[in-house]
Amino acid sequence: MLNFRLLLVFLSVLVLALFAASLLIGPAGLGVGTSLRALLAGQGEAAVLVMREIRLPRALLGLMLGASLGLSGAAMQGYLRNPLAEPGLIGVSSSAALGAVIALQSGLAAAVALALPLMALAGAVLSVLLLLALAGARGASLTLILAGIAISAFAGALTSLVLNLSPNPYAAAEIVFWMLGSLSDRSFTHVWLALPFMALGWALLAPLGRGLDALTLGEDAAAALGIRLSRLRLALVLGTASCVGAGVAVAGAVGFVGLVVPHLLRPAVGARPGRLLPASALGGAAMLLAADIATRLIAPERDLKLGVVTALVGAPLFLHLIYKTRKDGVW
Amino acid sequence: MVRVLTLKDLTVRRGECPVVDRVSLSVAAGEFVGLIGPNGAGKTTLMRAALGLLPATGQSSLAAMPAAARAHAAAWLPQTREVAWPVSVETLVALGRTPHLPATGRMRPEDRAAVEAALARMVLGGFRHRSAARLSGGEQARVLIARALAQQAPLLLADEPIAGLDPAHQITTMEVFAGLAAEGHAAIVSLHDLGLAARHCTRLILLGQGRLVADGRPGDVLTRANLANVFGVRAFYARTVDGPVFQPLEVVR
Repeated sequence: MLNFRLLLVFLSVLVLALFAASLLIGPAGLGVGTSLRALLAGQGEAAVLVMREIRLPRALLGLMLGASLGLSGAAMQGYLRNPLAEPGLIGVSSSAALGAVIALQSGLAAAVALALPLMALAGAVLSVLLLLALAGARGASLTLILAGIAISAFAGALTSLVLNLSPNPYAAAEIVFWMLGSLSDRSFTHVWLALPFMALGWALLAPLGRGLDALTLGEDAAAALGIRLSRLRLALVLGTASCVGAGVAVAGAVGFVGLVVPHLLRPAVGARPGRLLPASALGGAAMLLAADIATRLIAPERDLKLGVVTALVGAPLFLHLIYKTRKDGVW
Repeated sequence: MVRVLTLKDLTVRRGECPVVDRVSLSVAAGEFVGLIGPNGAGKTTLMRAALGLLPATGQSSLAAMPAAARAHAAAWLPQTREVAWPVSVETLVALGRTPHLPATGRMRPEDRAAVEAALARMVLGGFRHRSAARLSGGEQARVLIARALAQQAPLLLADEPIAGLDPAHQITTMEVFAGLAAEGHAAIVSLHDLGLAARHCTRLILLGQGRLVADGRPGDVLTRANLANVFGVRAFYARTVDGPVFQPLEVVR
């Protein structure tokens, strides 16, 4: 096991470096000096616009979204004691996507600014209420998974229905592209829209470490160690929903980060679910920033989607981890 | 006598049928109580209800406490030996300190001392850096017992803690519980091995179909009539120069 503090320092430095790279890389092709002068001192009109209105919000969104996905993924895996769990499991991301798809299809997204992210947030909120009603305040983690899968499947079916009945092929294409997930052409409005929800999510999830550690011993033992499981579960569901709902609202569905990052970092924290929370938040931010930079470097003129890159990188990584796990015989 | 657990008319129903039926008892510091009874007699349910982990009617001094206070009053070792993540043995044992840690979660010297004592007591010092997921079933069971010991609660409730251990570790584990009791703690341990129960426990509680059938010293509980009525067996039971010896012989139903 690596020294935990050293790991956090290393990941923080990595995130900062990638954040800086995200600010400095883009189709405008500004030099490093020009970029920094524009960002910090406000010199050069066009450069200031690019740096402050395009690249800074994009980098900030990447940081926030990545940290949210990494943190909620680690919390979800810790709570369910299952390395295959991911934040989308409770149905929030597909419900948020449904909200966004309805906004796109109905033309609301084109008519009203922010209709899309707001509809997505509404979808997320509705799904959480439904989830809590279905799974109950008390009850085992299994009911939560089953309710989440049911909601996910239903929201997915409704999204397919919207696509199916879409009279306009352009609208359908727009929906499909939106669902791939992207951070391009986002503004500070998106940052300010997502930040309160994500910050709420972080505040709910970050203190769960001790309870998640105790859950290593199972629900019964954790309860007897003084952990209030129903409270923990409520914080987990609301925190994950805030993080993921806000994420989908501003960036679309970006998969695999919440699944792969906790899995990747688990050995580095001695498999302790509590320590995995901050490590995975930083790791998620690093992975998302890197993936977003990659979309700009690989095919700048083709608008490569972020969710495509995270899945392309994440899936083989995950396969490798499964292969390694099978060889070692333990998670 | 310091009472560490008092139950009064504790009843747990599953549907209409009572699984634990009006059980009243109290356990004092210094006692090593063996909870015995056939499969389905309600041993696990009784312990979980006493801890407040199951909805029950009647009274339990532990269930009445808030969760944090209860974790200081009693440690609970469930029968399912769950270790979800491949954490090190030392980390797993340290989870027993969860109720004691300050808000920062940092281990203080007394927490480390408690973990060391628990590791030493279960003779696990050599395992401390091993991954808990790579241990054998019996080793894992001993690590989880050490976790419960590290909690340093006045009362330890353990559900079949010696099932699956080899004879030497069964005996040493029973001696650990007896040692805890001798130091002024108390232990309530459900057991199927009546021979070990007769030799090591200071008191036996016999459950049959959710009811408390007998409660007392091992010799007074393991009577011919109780064994026949509750377990349906006949047994050899004698005090020898090697201490009490109990051996079930045949089924009488």
